[in-house]
Amino acid sequence: MIDYSDENKILQVEHLKQYFNVGKPDEVKAVDDISFDVYRGETFGLVGESGSGKTTTGRAIIHLYEPTSGKIVFDGQDVSKLRTKQQKKHFRREMQMIFQDPYASLNPRMKVKDIVAEGIDINHLAKDDADRSKQVEDLLETVGLNRDHSSRYPHEFSGGQRQRIGIARALAVQPQFIIADEPISALDVSIQAQVVNLLKKLQRERNLTYLFIAHDLSMVKYISDRIGVMHYGRMLEIATSDEIYAHPLHDYTASLLSAVPVPDPEYERARTQIPYDASQEFDGKDRKLVEIAPHHWIRASEDEIPIYKKRLTEPSRLQK
Amino acid sequence: MENANDILEVRNLKINFKTYAGTVKAIRDISFDLRKGETLAIVGESGSGKSVTTRSIMGLNAENAVIDGGTIMYKDQDLLKKTRKQMDQIRGRDIAEIFQDPMTSLDPTMKIGKQIAEPLIIHKGMKREKAYAQALEMMKLVGIDNAKERINDYPHQFSGGMRQRIVIAIALVNYPEILIADEPTTALDVTIQAQILDLMKELQAKTNTSIIFITHDLGVVAGMADRVAVMYAGKIVEYGTVDEIFYNPKHPYTWGLLNSMPTMDTSGTELPSIPGTPPDLLDPPKGDAFAARNQYALEIDTKQQPPFFKVSDTHYAATWLLDPRAPKVTPPDPIIERQKHYAQLTHEAIDKSRGKHIEEQEEQL
Repeated sequence: MIDYSDENKILQVEHLKQYFNVGKPDEVKAVDDISFDVYRGETFGLVGESGSGKTTTGRAIIHLYEPTSGKIVFDGQDVSKLRTKQQKKHFRREMQMIFQDPYASLNPRMKVKDIVAEGIDINHLAKDDADRSKQVEDLLETVGLNRDHSSRYPHEFSGGQRQRIGIARALAVQPQFIIADEPISALDVSIQAQVVNLLKKLQRERNLTYLFIAHDLSMVKYISDRIGVMHYGRMLEIATSDEIYAHPLHDYTASLLSAVPVPDPEYERARTQIPYDASQEFDGKDRKLVEIAPHHWIRASEDEIPIYKKRLTEPSRLQK
Repeated sequence: MENANDILEVRNLKINFKTYAGTVKAIRDISFDLRKGETLAIVGESGSGKSVTTRSIMGLNAENAVIDGGTIMYKDQDLLKKTRKQMDQIRGRDIAEIFQDPMTSLDPTMKIGKQIAEPLIIHKGMKREKAYAQALEMMKLVGIDNAKERINDYPHQFSGGMRQRIVIAIALVNYPEILIADEPTTALDVTIQAQILDLMKELQAKTNTSIIFITHDLGVVAGMADRVAVMYAGKIVEYGTVDEIFYNPKHPYTWGLLNSMPTMDTSGTELPSIPGTPPDLLDPPKGDAFAARNQYALEIDTKQQPPFFKVSDTHYAATWLLDPRAPKVTPPDPIIERQKHYAQLTHEAIDKSRGKHIEEQEEQL
């Protein structure tokens, strides 16, 4: 079980805004005032359609962008206030990223051992060459590859194997927190399950915390402890993954879940999709995230709270 | 044609690719039928040969593809014997395709009205005005709002879902007999995907087009297909109606595929996965290509390729487990659950048909 006490927060995102082309006619509010916390040892799933801002959120957290406003606190430290080289280096050791495309995210001209050991070299984590090789080989074994794969080049591997190399690279610096941005969507179904199992195993063994960004809702439901639903750069709903399926309060969440194809012909024949009208988000009402039940947050205005409270007691709108 | 209900009959198709590393045996003897007005889904992982199969039907295989045998019969003609010019006539008129990525399958420098009207002008020799009028109708049919104002827009002015609607409009403007949809919704969001799939079903009901639907998403297959063919390493390993494949699968590979996809109810610490990776088709293994990843593999699997065993009139699977001499194996639990459901379904069907029979008799009396 995850400890959901305040002391166990590893990441706090507070009123994060990430705008692009600020002040120009084509200004984009990619992430527009979102707040959420991630607790040590949990997997927080971030879902939403393309353009919802989920990838931008991940990148802002790992500080690939300077936030327009708002605060990101990781392990008690404000990420925007890291000044010294030492602080920045420490932050980058603690937080790592696994990318979507296993073909584009590995340098084709580098050997696997040099790809995996890059972080080890930068952080001086190896005593000597022999130690470096051993660490790399151990990592390859951990992610289910062979020790002797270390002197090969990325093109010699399949998509699933490359994604394992990407995971080994992220693990090399012994991080606490890993952002996985669509880590399995480029892989085949039979390989997806392998990689998900590997991520779960590593989490158990190393007490890792994941921010898992994806659009495949059934996989997100399976891997995540809690799920945040994003739309148009805003966080609409946050709840445990069981709760969000049992009581999808926001119309958008219900609509999104009802659109997921299920490998069951009878279910599919009876499918009813819940429609969603996005204009309700732009009616000018003042909305903010409200904790409507323990650990269940919903973006709502004052007058909507009773409606959502009532919904909590009703059976799920989703098809059985 | 062997069967009057078929629009397409593929027999013993073998396709190799000549590469520097050697000959890749991409399609290793496959046969299947496509019936009029049905949707046949072909599922399998990348490299299993799904796309090569449909590209052969379209006559769009790469230069280094060698047809090693077989026939593709369409209206009593073998498409494999057609010249390139003859195929140009068939493609876009009788057989059309929707590709995965709408951004790369549309011409970014051509107005969409022209792109939709082009097949009419080329194949039917239609005059510009008439073709554009039909293109406009087609745009309305696939649900593009303000079609009249948008007919002179360029692809980049549309969202991903709208672009895929345009691609569908181009494919269907000539009312083709066969529509090939190669992962048509993989690049789209789930909500948009649901809209596009509904649109395809709706249009199919209107035009009675036969669809070959290629995808790796079994959820999409469950919603779209009448029949399903499962491909592995260049071969079809199991085929049947959508209910037979999802509720009564017989091939261990189909079991693995169904199990490795979590549903909304899946929990537990480990997802059942298929170990290993598909074989290298430069040198396909002797016997059953799935044997190395198959926990139910028998000794004979490594020696001899399994033939198709009949499960029902519409359902066949190529696995030695169905041989009467094979030991009884217990499929994974979720598959047993599915089979229980199937037993229930078929009982209901039998009861229903019995009921109908009695009613008919009563009427006769």
